[in-house]
Amino acid sequence: MNSSLRKALLGSATAALTTLLLAGCAGKNEPENPGTPPRVRVITTEQYLNTIENVFGSSVNMDMKFPPLRRVDGLLANGAALAGVTSGKIETFQRAASSIAGQVVSPERRSYLIPCTPASETKPDAECAKQFFSQTGRLLHRRALTDEELSSYVTAANQAADRLQDFYAGIELVLESMLISPEVLFIIETTEGDVDDQGRRRLDALSLASRLSFFLWNAGPDDMVLKAAESGELNTERGLKRVVESMIASPRLEDGMRAFFDDMLGFDDFDSLSKDPLVYPFFTGATATDAREQTLRTIIDHLIVDQKDYRDLFVTRETFMSPALAPLYQIPASRGWTEYEFPEGSPRQGLLTQISFVALRSHPGRSSPTLRGKALREHLLCQIVPPPPPNVDFGKLENPDAHYKTQRERVAVHLEDPACAGCHKITDPMGLALESFDGAGRFRTTENGATIDTSGDLDGVPFDDVIGLGQALRDNPSLPSCLVDRLYSYGSGGAAKPTDRPLMKYFTAEFAESGYKLPDLLRTIALSEAFQHVTPAKKSGPSKAHEPTEEIVIDEQLPATTTVDAAGAAQETKQTVASIAKAR
Amino acid sequence: MSKLTRRTVLRGLVGGAAVNVALPLLNCFLNTNGTALASGAPMPVRFGTWGWGLGMNKDIFVPKKYGPDFDLPEEIVSLAPIKQHMNLITNTQAFRDNYQNLCHYTGWVIARTGAAPKDRNDIPGETIDVTIANQIGGATRFKSLTATATGDVRNTYSYENSNTPNAPEWSPLQFYTRLFGPDFPDPNAPTFKPNPRIMVRESVLSGVMDQTKKLMQAVPADDRARLDQYFTGLRHLEQQFQQRLEKPEPIAACVRPGEITVDPAMGQEQEAIALRHRMMTDLLVMALACDQTRVFNMAYTNANSSTIKPGYEKPHHTTTHEEPVDMKLGYQPVASWFTRRAMESWAYFVEAFTKVKEGDGTLLDNVFIYGTTDHGYARVHSLDHIPIFTAGRAGGKVKTGLHIDGKGTAGTRMGYTALRLFGVDKPSWGVNSNNTSQEVGEILV
Repeated sequence: MNSSLRKALLGSATAALTTLLLAGCAGKNEPENPGTPPRVRVITTEQYLNTIENVFGSSVNMDMKFPPLRRVDGLLANGAALAGVTSGKIETFQRAASSIAGQVVSPERRSYLIPCTPASETKPDAECAKQFFSQTGRLLHRRALTDEELSSYVTAANQAADRLQDFYAGIELVLESMLISPEVLFIIETTEGDVDDQGRRRLDALSLASRLSFFLWNAGPDDMVLKAAESGELNTERGLKRVVESMIASPRLEDGMRAFFDDMLGFDDFDSLSKDPLVYPFFTGATATDAREQTLRTIIDHLIVDQKDYRDLFVTRETFMSPALAPLYQIPASRGWTEYEFPEGSPRQGLLTQISFVALRSHPGRSSPTLRGKALREHLLCQIVPPPPPNVDFGKLENPDAHYKTQRERVAVHLEDPACAGCHKITDPMGLALESFDGAGRFRTTENGATIDTSGDLDGVPFDDVIGLGQALRDNPSLPSCLVDRLYSYGSGGAAKPTDRPLMKYFTAEFAESGYKLPDLLRTIALSEAFQHVTPAKKSGPSKAHEPTEEIVIDEQLPATTTVDAAGAAQETKQTVASIAKAR
Repeated sequence: MSKLTRRTVLRGLVGGAAVNVALPLLNCFLNTNGTALASGAPMPVRFGTWGWGLGMNKDIFVPKKYGPDFDLPEEIVSLAPIKQHMNLITNTQAFRDNYQNLCHYTGWVIARTGAAPKDRNDIPGETIDVTIANQIGGATRFKSLTATATGDVRNTYSYENSNTPNAPEWSPLQFYTRLFGPDFPDPNAPTFKPNPRIMVRESVLSGVMDQTKKLMQAVPADDRARLDQYFTGLRHLEQQFQQRLEKPEPIAACVRPGEITVDPAMGQEQEAIALRHRMMTDLLVMALACDQTRVFNMAYTNANSSTIKPGYEKPHHTTTHEEPVDMKLGYQPVASWFTRRAMESWAYFVEAFTKVKEGDGTLLDNVFIYGTTDHGYARVHSLDHIPIFTAGRAGGKVKTGLHIDGKGTAGTRMGYTALRLFGVDKPSWGVNSNNTSQEVGEILV
């Protein structure tokens, strides 16, 4: 053996050993990954409300909404790591804080929300104030207050009580200010050197506690999680496992996953959904509210209560029904929400056939194969459908001719014109299968007297009707990998980078191995090394815009970054229409 | 004797007794001829924007005549009552330069920021209302007010930066409560009772500010800017509290509007939007009359408007693309129907300012409104022939009643004109081809 060959072999053996060792550090098969940058996230309305409820209980009534976040790389949650706070937003926070603080000290609630009774209601009581602020402050700040902080809150409360001659007013006004303090409104991640892995940095225990808690519960950590962080338990593998297990077993997981799916499915669009009252007079605000609720109930029941295969959500006949929805599903109404199973052979199979999909992804007065196909691609498969080119000639669409009876005939021009076909091939064939449902989500077999042809294909898999579409979607490999991408991005506060591909593949493989069970995926992500480790904080921003291109690109939503192998990795994630066509 | 200030008087009154006394250094009402505040300061001049989506149809929108006495073609016939109060500049351009024409986005972003956006997440700088609010908005209860008639909290044309929109008021009920609810400092209230709790609040708030300063050192630069913005917001909040401790100067025109107790029906039907627009406009105008803010934004619709005409299957945006041009009429009748309704609302908006008497004239005399859209001809996403409106005389600095030919120049000239009117000292405004240092001189007195 010549020396250079020996060197090469030795080199590769060392490399292999290193890889093995690193893999050993990283857990079972987890590929090495530097982690994510530490984030500074603005708390969302839901997170704020959930936290307040966890701290003060559900009797504190809150009807408030903070300004919405910008959807970045598929999720509103990603916008939280970028969003700024305007004067107007602070005012909203202040109004919320004022209302909450007023309720906490109200005569009917103070006896159980304030852990002590002051010696006199008209005078300061430092001891009682201290007790209240140390407990409440810890939960709101997601860490124990320092002595200095606590004493400054108590002093402020004493002074206020003195001036207003009212102990409770002192508590109220200081609580109000605490509720708008930056550490309550911003979730700021801080880091430390990893004692087990020199040279790397990880979230400190308290930041990890918050990251886990907002990921799984969409709320700040409770006493149990904070204790584990404070005691150092969260820094141990065993401790972390115990905490994650009990968080997954907690009923709060449902709140957390509701928030996640509401975000992933773009259900914020419901806030402005309305239907033309002349065309769909039966579609009311209550219909919209219940349609959103129906899908979230179906998801939670399927994934968390029954712990079933995620993919089967797109073929399941089991759901929940409310009186406002029953008429649209053309079934008899019963009181309140009830479990409901569509009969075998029913066209209502899977989430795509629920009102929340077919009505939300329609125009106010008619269905839209394009909107539906686009939503399917973007929300469920994490692909980007490019917007129409600005110079598109709509002339061919402008056909008032009444002999076009069905949408298929009307949108056929999309597929004939090469300028349109590129994108519409991505959306229309699956959108047309959903033509079995009108713009309000009612089932139909004909349109203007003509039978609706619901055949089509999804990435080369042909189907005859909406049931076939559901099955094709269920079996599409992008379906579970998209969920993985979105969950990781949701939990870590920003979209996965092209360099995270191996990590995403690993998560997806683990997800498959578990039978696509959500709690298992949550556990894998929460316990992963990547979830806890941090890269140096970098300038973060949404993914780059797509440059104009001749070729229509369906790429998985991984933003380009400046890392060395970005180009290669990005290349790997791209599929062109041509390659899809070739695959057929 | 130590100097007695308004503040020391008020602090002394913190026990909460109702006061009905003249305070030192406080003068009431306007000067005798009503053209300025008693202090000698001129009436405040306010800046506002109004936005509508999807442009217009040139042949039936652009007047044939220029200058004063221009004609009102059928699409803008509803502007007759406000014609003498407004200017219409047609034939302006928005230049996308090297970036894509992002449909229904590039056009309005240029009008509001002076620069072409590189992608749909990009707002390439603060919008013009923010710049002007930074100049003139510091003294009032609200630095600026933003509202939309669509009922959708996502529809705004006002941004601090790409990630920080000024979220609009979308519910008339909530807007009313924010402006005229229990915290409204009625300048004409017969008695003034400073709320001792407000003073305590203000001092407690300073503790929060100290925390912010400490945090600043702990976070990366990008995030520091966000915390800094938060800190500015807190300071404004503190200022709001301070203002509430001082008896406001009476303002004759300020009348707390009738209470709104319930929101109108949600929905994108044109009538629902018009109703919401009227309600929001009335609240906004009274907020200005009561000097609660000096900068405002109203979105009649977003650029990609989804307004619906009941019984017609497509919303406004889709209609502009898919409705055939009626060969006999020469335009898309339903698309034009939507534009006509938008113009009616613009007329309502401007007229509402004329209904408030201020000094010798009306509120509109002391206002400058900048009205923009996203495209010229929305059907083909054109960025030329974009119309721009202005309304109001900006305290006498602006002439109205004119139709001006933009001659294909940058629409940003009007934005630059507005900035100059409000004392923003910039040698030019806009980026690349949209950069201009040329005002629309025709409207300047």
